[in-house]
Amino acid sequence: MLDLNQRVVLDRAGFAALLQALADDGHALVGPTVGDGAIVLDAIAGIDDLPRGVGDDQAPGHYRLRDRGDAALFGYAVSPHAWKRELLPPRVPLVQIRRSATGLAIEAAPAPTRKVAFIGVRGCELAAIAIQDRVLATGAHPDADYAARRAQSFILAVHCGSPAGTCFCVSMETGPRARGAFDLAATELLDGEHRFVIEIGSDAGRAILARVASRTATTDDVTAATAVTDHAATQMGRAMPTAGLRDLLMANLEHPRWQHVADRCLGCANCTMSCPTCFCTSVEDTTDLSGDVATRTRRWDSCFTADFAYVHGGSARPSLRARYRQWMTHKLATWHDQFDSSGCVGCGRCITWCPVGIDLTEEVAAIRAAPAPRSHADG
Amino acid sequence: MATSLPVAANAYALEPMTIARASRDLDDVFTFEFDVPGGFAFRPGQFNMLYVHGVGEVPISISGDPATPQRLVHTIRAVGTVTRVMDKLKAGDVLGVRGPYGAAWPLDELRGKDVLVMTGGLGLAPLRPAILHLLAHRGDYGRITILYGARSPADILYRDELARWRGRFDCRVEAIVDRAGRDWYGPIGVVTRLLDGLPLDPDDGVLLCGPEIMMRFAVRALDERGVPRTNIWVSLERSMKCGVGLCGHCQLGGSFVCKDGPVYRFDRIAPALQVREL
Ligand SMILES: Cc1cc2nc3c(=O)[nH]c(=O)nc-3n(C[C@H](O)[C@H](O)[C@H](O)COP(=O)(O)OP(=O)(O)OC[C@H]3O[C@@H](n4cnc5c(N)ncnc54)[C@H](O)[C@@H]3O)c2cc1C
Ligand code: SF4
Ligand code: SF4
Ligand code: FES
Repeated sequence: MLDLNQRVVLDRAGFAALLQALADDGHALVGPTVGDGAIVLDAIAGIDDLPRGVGDDQAPGHYRLRDRGDAALFGYAVSPHAWKRELLPPRVPLVQIRRSATGLAIEAAPAPTRKVAFIGVRGCELAAIAIQDRVLATGAHPDADYAARRAQSFILAVHCGSPAGTCFCVSMETGPRARGAFDLAATELLDGEHRFVIEIGSDAGRAILARVASRTATTDDVTAATAVTDHAATQMGRAMPTAGLRDLLMANLEHPRWQHVADRCLGCANCTMSCPTCFCTSVEDTTDLSGDVATRTRRWDSCFTADFAYVHGGSARPSLRARYRQWMTHKLATWHDQFDSSGCVGCGRCITWCPVGIDLTEEVAAIRAAPAPRSHADG
Repeated sequence: MATSLPVAANAYALEPMTIARASRDLDDVFTFEFDVPGGFAFRPGQFNMLYVHGVGEVPISISGDPATPQRLVHTIRAVGTVTRVMDKLKAGDVLGVRGPYGAAWPLDELRGKDVLVMTGGLGLAPLRPAILHLLAHRGDYGRITILYGARSPADILYRDELARWRGRFDCRVEAIVDRAGRDWYGPIGVVTRLLDGLPLDPDDGVLLCGPEIMMRFAVRALDERGVPRTNIWVSLERSMKCGVGLCGHCQLGGSFVCKDGPVYRFDRIAPALQVREL
């Protein structure tokens, strides 16, 4: 019997067998794979669908795959896709309402019954999932669909060895070593034999791992695994000091920098769509041809859209300045008030996928460099 | 990870309810009543999400008497997509209802105190349950004053009821309108004018609901009269898609208006209201 604190080593064939064991156990496998010039998160059949020797170059407004010239399966930083596509899908039916002579019949959408194994979750992403758990599944009125998907997910984390130019998980204390609630976590070792050092995080993880042939990790294996993430921690493309950040932003709600960023921002909402913690949704109504069957669908929304904050009399945030400020202060300041944590995990997606390369770490730095002497929020 | 998250009920599931009585209050304002034999318990100030088949769902305050929860009452102004369709519904039509949601007026906390209710326009609708509670528990409170402002005499909501309250000897009711013809004998101006000459104690509790601009002026006037902001409560309106803290639409600074509000003690929400476009 494997011990929860035990580390074991799988070679490439062993890792393939682990994925197979998850599939045999009834999990749909979702993991990184190359598609459309990017590493996307999609259904995979097994190890052969993982990227092989593919890295990613990321910079503000820039993303490109590159050939690493090695056999790495997890040799990139993060996919443009966040795991929220699995847990909080872009569109999910909520309720169906059928009109008949006797009134309305309400049918709640059936809870999803699909066991999914998430392959290759990074530390920043694990932190993002924990944040969304907090927002969507632990309040007085949890989101049933999210909670059901979450309860059926198996998480195979892979510690990050290849941060990108837009990463700052070290600042946000979410990586590059995954901490928190994984079932299994792997470190991919490329020096010497291509192998994976596996940590066990749960009984479910232990049970799956017990089904594949592994050997106990040696001190050398464990040292090599630690070295991977220790080195990665020195490779952060960006940094965002967080000391006093909440108060800094709340004291600078009228800072001229908000207009400076609004002048560049297109309001395209790419940042919110790619962010792994952004959870805003809207509910859409559609009817069938007869008009009798109406479906209410939850879909992603964004605080950058013009009608997000519409009430009778107009939008509460007509200007892009106010919308960008809402987004960034929510991530970095008011999230603390609401959920006792930052809403940013430092994954860098919003920076990479902003078409004009707006970089929140740079915006924060600009405000830090010249904070306003006094703010309206104080008085 | 197989988590310990609880299996949750669908937060968006709604209850079909048949409109038992529909009545017109003003040109563009109407009231629906639903009979709920089992009772629809709520606290004054809370709201429901009301759904029109195939059209959409909107947050609407509960306007009925908390002492008769068997009758659920909503007063609605037709302003847009959903409410205009509602305007055409009649008794026998069915709406989807879910709730009640949100924070309530601090009626327990105000016991033993003088209470001033200040409201404008449709703001009287969310305050009606609170007023009914105050009057039903008259002995629990000190002086009760209701100040109401409307655009014109024809825009006065719950006219008969206001007259009835005014006829009681144990509360003071004043109405004011922005503009009026010769047939109006009452005062003309904004609702804050009614504060002139009104006895006010810093210890009084104030319940405020109306357009945000009206609430701002009212708070300023109350500031001048020495009523601390810790004794003023307001009810706010924001865009709401879920009503239960999931969709993010209603955020105002660090607050979710749907679950932390819509009723706030003013000092707690004032910093957020002071920042334009927050
Ligand atoms: C807690 C709470 C309690 C409430 N209680 C009550 C109540 O008791 N009674 C009541 O009548 N109302 C109440 N309201 C307000 C009510 O919810 C709104 O009036 C209602 O949601 C409007 O919905 P609608 O679909 O009819 O209008 P919408 O179509 O949503 O339009 C609302 C307004 O915004 C404008 N608008 C919408 N979208 C756009 C756009 N893209 N561009 C420009 N303008 C736009 C419309 O012209 C209209 O003026 C309450 C609101 C809240 C938050
Ligand atoms: S705000 Fe940007 S860096 Fe932070 S978690 Fe979201 S996408 Fe990642
Ligand atoms: S991705 Fe960039 S341009 Fe688009 S809304 Fe976000 S900050 Fe603005
Ligand atoms: S209305 Fe959805 S979070 Fe408040």
